[in-house]
Amino acid sequence: MTPAPVLSIRGLTKTYASGLQALKSVDLDIGRGEIFALLGPNGAGKTTLISIVCGLVTPSTGEIQAAGHDIVRDYRRARSKIGLVPQELYTDAFERVIDTVTFSRGVFGRSRNPAYVEKVLRDLSLWDKRNEKIKELSGGMKRRVMIAKALSHEPEILFLDEPTAGVDVELRRDMWNLVRQLRESGVTIILTTHYIEEAEEMADRVGVIRKGELILVEEKTKLMQKLGKKQLTLNLSDPMTAIPAELAEWKLAIQADGNELLYTFDATAERTGIPSLLRRMSDLGIGFKDLHTRESSLEDIFVDLVTERNAA
Amino acid sequence: MSASVFNAHGVWAIYKFEMHRFKRTLWTGLAVPVITTSLYFVVFGSAIGSRMTEINGIPYGSFIVPGLMMLSLFTESIFNASFGIHMPRFTGTIYEILSAPLSALETVLGYVGAAATKSMTVALVILLTANLFVDVHVEHPFLMLLFLILIAATFCLFGFIVGIWAKGFEQLQVIPLLVVTPLTFLGGSFYSIEMLPEPWRTITLFNPIVYLINGFRWTFFGTSDVPVLWSLLATSAFFLICLAVVFWIFRTGYRLKS
Ligand SMILES: Nc1ncnc2c1ncn2[C@@H]1O[C@H](COP(=O)(O)OP(=O)(O)OP(=O)(O)O)[C@@H](O)[C@H]1O
Ligand SMILES: [Mg+2]
Repeated sequence: MTPAPVLSIRGLTKTYASGLQALKSVDLDIGRGEIFALLGPNGAGKTTLISIVCGLVTPSTGEIQAAGHDIVRDYRRARSKIGLVPQELYTDAFERVIDTVTFSRGVFGRSRNPAYVEKVLRDLSLWDKRNEKIKELSGGMKRRVMIAKALSHEPEILFLDEPTAGVDVELRRDMWNLVRQLRESGVTIILTTHYIEEAEEMADRVGVIRKGELILVEEKTKLMQKLGKKQLTLNLSDPMTAIPAELAEWKLAIQADGNELLYTFDATAERTGIPSLLRRMSDLGIGFKDLHTRESSLEDIFVDLVTERNAA
Repeated sequence: MSASVFNAHGVWAIYKFEMHRFKRTLWTGLAVPVITTSLYFVVFGSAIGSRMTEINGIPYGSFIVPGLMMLSLFTESIFNASFGIHMPRFTGTIYEILSAPLSALETVLGYVGAAATKSMTVALVILLTANLFVDVHVEHPFLMLLFLILIAATFCLFGFIVGIWAKGFEQLQVIPLLVVTPLTFLGGSFYSIEMLPEPWRTITLFNPIVYLINGFRWTFFGTSDVPVLWSLLATSAFFLICLAVVFWIFRTGYRLKS
């Protein structure tokens, strides 16, 4: 059973003034408390999607509800529930860390709460730096400040636009821990990334976006099942034009101009079906020169999706 | 008041942020008007004023005080407000303002309120400095403050528009230097337009700044080159035009949202 979505996007499109169509009718529901990873190559439209939800970019068409509030008609309520960490580091160089976080809380309409601000800064290991000017911090520290600002008003939905781009291993691990911690406190997290391992590591669900289209939205566990799939490739002695009816039960595919047969099977299953396939082929007198197996990774699925549609 | 009706915390946060920015340059910010005012009195008051003793029965040194205040009020208002909104656009930190639950009114109240506070402070510092050199008597102090607030708010709104329109820091300077300062000098800040020969006198009446300066001067001395009601109407009209443009900017997202 799926709970009521905390973010609901319907028929969202965006064409920039330049004429570029950055989003082509996106529909997406995000459940409360889930971690959703938006995966896609450069220019796919990830930032555009996030920017529209947060009010930085005007949508061309479509409706969005955040925490049950329409982001245009009821922008005050909707926005007060959303926190955004943009892709780029945008900071007020001359402000102190604690002032900039306090400022963010105020701008989002919350009354002062020094104890909460302190907690956020401590969670991000920024408390010792609270009196430093932002310009004196390292890049990684600045990114933490951006996260602290986004969390300052206790949002229910947090957008992290490429949180680990240009971040060292340690900070990346910290970031992942923080995301889990936030989820435990009930925050819904939508992050974008180019890294498949990040999506695998963090997300409950993964969405793949390409050229403004959401081409796949899947639970990570289901994707992992796909990951569990293996492929057996047989290089045939003699090319074949059609798969004989006797081999239908294996659902084979022909490739490389009939020189190869491809059998996809579940590596985790008790019976792979390989011995019986080979026996049946030998009965039919179909010989092969070579064979190899390989595992399909999320990376493959991703690349397949991206290139397949490219050709279409 | 609840944040879902009016985001008072947001207005206050922006206002404080801007005032904090001014505080970082507090001493230069206040030294400049004190020094320039003193210079004006040395040059205009002593050198020229000794030949031009009175205008409309007012000692020349006193006569120029409202003009001096207006000149600074215009430039300070435009500069502070345009810089205040241009800076976050330039650094990208505007993303936070745009993503916050702030209405156009609240955003403008924060930025324009802070800029107006600063420019009015500078104008009042000029008044105090002038008082050291000449005798300035304000006949209608309440109306003087009303004009001061209205004109400061108007020029700050105007500066806010310039700050959103400008594509770079050079453009921030263009409007004040090429339009406002010349119009102010030609608008009777330091003389009465009655002193001009025709056709200049009539041409000058098309300069909107004339009405602002004369209205303001009237609150000091009770005399004006143009009817005070016209001054008030001109000031209010300019204020409403700027307000309308600002709301148009927020409604369309002009140069703020793509
Ligand atoms: N303000 C804008 N005006 C015109 N085109 C834009 C604008 N912003 C983005 N685009 C274009 O829209 C497309 C989608 O951009 P977007 O930034 O959403 O991609 P992205 O998926 O976030 O990419 P990346 O992984 O590089 O961050 C790109 O082709 C980009 O050039
Ligand atoms: Mg992006």
